Amino acid sequence: MITDHWLFLTFIVLLMVEGYYLIVITYNMIRVLIGLEILIKAVTLGIIVAGYLSGQMATAQAMVITIIVLEVVVMIVAAGVVVGFHNQFDSVNVKNARSLKG
Amino acid sequence: MLTLVFLLLIMVGFALWAIFTNLLLRAAIALALTSATLTIIMFRLDAPYAGAFELSVCAGLIPVIFISVISLLQRIPLPEQIERRQKRLKRFWYLPLVLLAIGWLFYAIKPVPGNFIRPEIINDVRVVLWDQRRLDLFGQILALLAGAYGVTILFKENKNNDH
Repeated sequence: MITDHWLFLTFIVLLMVEGYYLIVITYNMIRVLIGLEILIKAVTLGIIVAGYLSGQMATAQAMVITIIVLEVVVMIVAAGVVVGFHNQFDSVNVKNARSLKG
Repeated sequence: MLTLVFLLLIMVGFALWAIFTNLLLRAAIALALTSATLTIIMFRLDAPYAGAFELSVCAGLIPVIFISVISLLQRIPLPEQIERRQKRLKRFWYLPLVLLAIGWLFYAIKPVPGNFIRPEIINDVRVVLWDQRRLDLFGQILALLAGAYGVTILFKENKNNDH
């Protein structure tokens, strides 16, 4: 039983900050994806905690399953983009993306 | 409650390890451990279906994708690795301070209301997923097909490309 939900919300915010921080600070595309993953973990935990507190665990679990499926699709496509980028530039540095057309 | 707090601390710790570690392989493993810890938290919060998905997909499949991508990339020479490590640590050293400050502020201010209503509702995830949120399933199937199509396009060989 959760007695202090603020503690949970604080940890969720901390995870989100970690994810945002990694995405903003790093230049490595794979690390950007890892940051995105950490952000998604925070969102997943947030939905589960909200479902637990409001007594709607079934809906929360259904939403989390949807999130996980979408997360996999995003990661697979993003991984393909990273490999394609590396084949083009021999690097995964996001600074190289500035020289792309468009 | 104490166990849950301990698990949350471990989870944030693993996420920090994924951020600070120099090797991408270790970062992928730390991410898998973060997911595994989240799975334990989910089981403790009465979410076994979501926990099973999290464990099999996020702690299993996604690290494999990351490791596959890392294995496809070229290795950086050692001197450049050391230089990059030093530069990266310079950019990241104040993250724990930022985390402590934001965590303390959020816990002290409590910006959202604290009373939660617990209505009488259907609490079977199978009923919710199949009867109430069936459109989600269509969305998931479409997203999977879009992902498969996207990967096919990305790895398609360009006929006009000579090399």
